[in-house]
Amino acid sequence: MENVPNAPRGITPYLPVYIGLLVLSGAQIFIAYSHLDRNRMLAAFLGVALLSAALAIMYFMHMAQERRSFFWSLIPATIFVLLMMNMIWSDSFRLLHMKPF
Amino acid sequence: MSESDHSMALGHSATMEPSPYAIPSRKLAMWLFILSDSCTFGALLFAYGYLRTGSPDWPTPFKFFPSIFNVIIMTFVLITSSLTMLGAVDASKAGDKSKTARWMGITIALGTLFAILHIREWIGMIHEGVRLFQNPWGSPLFGASFFGITGLHLLHVISGVIAMAVVARGYLRGSLNAGHVESTALYWHFVDLVWMFVVPLVYLMSIARS
Repeated sequence: MENVPNAPRGITPYLPVYIGLLVLSGAQIFIAYSHLDRNRMLAAFLGVALLSAALAIMYFMHMAQERRSFFWSLIPATIFVLLMMNMIWSDSFRLLHMKPF
Repeated sequence: MSESDHSMALGHSATMEPSPYAIPSRKLAMWLFILSDSCTFGALLFAYGYLRTGSPDWPTPFKFFPSIFNVIIMTFVLITSSLTMLGAVDASKAGDKSKTARWMGITIALGTLFAILHIREWIGMIHEGVRLFQNPWGSPLFGASFFGITGLHLLHVISGVIAMAVVARGYLRGSLNAGHVESTALYWHFVDLVWMFVVPLVYLMSIARS
């Protein structure tokens, strides 16, 4: 944790995050075997995965201890790029519904 | 001759700019790599979704035994390896070489175990008849997307294990420092993070239902 102020010592402070990640992974298995319809299941999976990713980035990767400007310079731009990839869906639905062309 | 070399040749030390965001350049570079790599994995997962949505006969082959059970173990191993890597970062920051080596050794062992379990999963799929462009169940694109996404992740895991071994050796010999251990840890946590998306989207959305 070079140049990271107030970084916790040892792995003990990370145990709650570790357990949280294991619980969230278990929740994904539970969701997979629940009787949700496909769209709701996908939304639940993405919600849990985003929560897991946020925990990993903020605490395991110490983003929570960096300057706020660091977070705001990197993360929103990445999220924007990933969101822009959603433009493909209309074409994939077209593929499905216009078969056999 | 670079600007700093020129300054040194003139007999005075180079003027250094303050580090952006008060972090070392090495760490900033690793973050930028991670963000660009997240876009690569994002594009692959979106492409997977595109193919799946556009294919009415997408296979759902993953049974609890052996596939999902294997995935549960792999997830546990990978998340645990992130925790042990944090131990290595903390020990390296404290300058404790033996402890750093021990934590990194455990992380390397867990990463290797993950790769073995992953390859075992692949062998099982291949024995069931899954190939890059054919499978016994439905859309022929299933194999290419499955092996493409999980293969890129596996490549990251293997690269991470090699990188950790190199960094651990360098740290013990004194040629690398705690900052190098931390940068490697950032990469390893990212590999863990990607798996959290691969599992639900590739495996759990394709569970075999009776």
